[in-house]
Amino acid sequence: MRWIQAIFEIFTNPLFYKITLTASTPFIFASLGGVFSEITGVVNIALEGIMLMGAFVSIVFTYYLGSPWIGILFAMLVGLGMAWLHAWASIRWYGNQIVTGTALILLAQGVTGFLMEPIFHRPGQTDLIGKIEEIRVPLLKDIPFVGKVIGELNPMVYIAFGCVAFAWFLIYKTTLGLRMRAVGENPEAADTLGVNVYGIRYFGVLMSGILASLGGAFLSVGELGQFKELMTGGRGFIALAAMILGNWNPVGAMWASLLFGAAEAMNNQLQSSPILHVSASTKPLFNMLPFIVTLVVVSGFIGRTRPPAADGIPYVKE
Amino acid sequence: MNRSRFYSFAVPVFSVVIALLIAAVVIVLVGKNPVYAYFKMIEGAFGSKQALANTIVKTTPLILTGLAVGFGFRAGVFNIGAEGQMAMGALFSTMVAMNLGAVPSVFAIPITLIVGMAMGAGWAAIAGALKAYTGAHEVITTIMLNWIAYYLGNYMVAAPLAVGSGTPKSPEISASSKLPPLLTVQATELTSGIIIAIIAALLLYILLEKTSLGYEVKAVGFNPYAAEYGGISISKNVVLSMAISGALAGLAGAVEAMGVHHRYLGALTAGKGFDGISISLIGQNNPIGIIFAAFLIGSLRTGSNAMQFIGVSKHVVMIVQGIVIFLVAAERIVRTLMMYMRLKGAKGGAEE
Repeated sequence: MRWIQAIFEIFTNPLFYKITLTASTPFIFASLGGVFSEITGVVNIALEGIMLMGAFVSIVFTYYLGSPWIGILFAMLVGLGMAWLHAWASIRWYGNQIVTGTALILLAQGVTGFLMEPIFHRPGQTDLIGKIEEIRVPLLKDIPFVGKVIGELNPMVYIAFGCVAFAWFLIYKTTLGLRMRAVGENPEAADTLGVNVYGIRYFGVLMSGILASLGGAFLSVGELGQFKELMTGGRGFIALAAMILGNWNPVGAMWASLLFGAAEAMNNQLQSSPILHVSASTKPLFNMLPFIVTLVVVSGFIGRTRPPAADGIPYVKE
Repeated sequence: MNRSRFYSFAVPVFSVVIALLIAAVVIVLVGKNPVYAYFKMIEGAFGSKQALANTIVKTTPLILTGLAVGFGFRAGVFNIGAEGQMAMGALFSTMVAMNLGAVPSVFAIPITLIVGMAMGAGWAAIAGALKAYTGAHEVITTIMLNWIAYYLGNYMVAAPLAVGSGTPKSPEISASSKLPPLLTVQATELTSGIIIAIIAALLLYILLEKTSLGYEVKAVGFNPYAAEYGGISISKNVVLSMAISGALAGLAGAVEAMGVHHRYLGALTAGKGFDGISISLIGQNNPIGIIFAAFLIGSLRTGSNAMQFIGVSKHVVMIVQGIVIFLVAAERIVRTLMMYMRLKGAKGGAEE
């Protein structure tokens, strides 16, 4: 019974919904990135690595230049660079996209770990360096319950939802979006009609780099104010699962990200529940929760989805 | 040597050389001397009897995880979950081996090895079955299973199995289930695990090249639709391939627990499952090639510990591995580079 009581208390507390929004933010950014890349036909499993790099670079530049926003700007540039490497290998050189993605993850882990000593003079994690503070939205803040959920949040959370709207508009309401989808479904046909297949694919992958690095930067300068080695902890892959569950649609990916964010928030709240008194040694069991939810969900218990037809297949021009 | 044979050997070797050169530039950028750093690395990996023993100890599980990932690639599945399968193999073989005190080694060792393989196989088969019957991509499911295994292991050594203080760890396994050391150099025991790993590589080579099961697995990996048309069940083969791949990773975990740590602890896998990816790619998914590739990565890992003493982080090895994987995946980059160099070389030769 204590369990039911604890879960009930969590669900009726606005804090749970607020944490859900915060925990979903990295998933939203990264899964939108996944959508942009895969809708043009390039699988980007490097999201995890780009996020890690984004988290690291934003902290480094916050450390040197004092402003987390400038840190985020540099994170986006580095994310762009990593995505370019992925695009170059998989579009120009027809590389195996899943394997080059894995390589970039390893590279990100190596580079971030390697630079800890020279920059911060210690391995593992940095000190608290600086973060973006929450902002209050004047009118929203005063609505009961809802105000506590969405009235006072980190600005990047609002930006994430703005990006969802932007992505939806770009992909479904513009010529560029139509071309992106055409290239992902049938590159030969798009090519015949004069669409620049390689150019569109580069655009999709580069967008994924910017978005994924924002997701990573949110983890460091958005939430914590510090960088920890391997701090992305599999979130890039959960974001890929959110993209699949969302049927490669930005809005769908947002809902799926919210689901996975809720799993993380539930884990977080159960661990600190005053009713359950979770001991330190059983905490690892709770940490499994988001991963079990993801595993169950991608296994198709909730509906079937369909990837773009040319997803993951290099396009070789005749 | 025909052309494709030549490239399957030359591409990985050339990629490793390029990666080491790029890493050298990185070392220069942080203000260290790369020649000295690499010298320290070589010394650390081969400089003494103990160093060499350490390298072989490090190589042992890497051969097995390399075989696990490599076998998966041959069968058309990307088993990125060797890390979790290795952890499950090590965890459960430890739990069984702890209780085998009364059983003589002749039985205790094979039992423990089999438990490790079975757990690894079972853990991987979950991802295989999900792929075969629901279409869930194995890259995502195996990553999720890695994290679940990681937290399960952490929980087991923090609560039900916990002993002692400090690093959470399980009790020691029974003496009868420890792998006997081949020789002992100071603090390093060179365990007989290396023999198990090499035998596994040879058996896998025979399985892939000389049996009809191996033929089916490769056929599905090469072209699943044609294979199905030819009467081979894709679903059955996907589950089976994942299980065999996972059994090898589980074996890596069991051998590591029985030969090196003699218990389970959270840091037992420490990325060895992920190293399997680089190793299988460098070894071109060939069991014999994988033995050499594992030795290369094992040497880099051991040597990088020595490099730490002169202030170069051992993360250099991960950078090297990342670049190697990248180049092998997009091998046309390397081939083009090699052709370009050959052309230039031919030109230069003509001018002289």
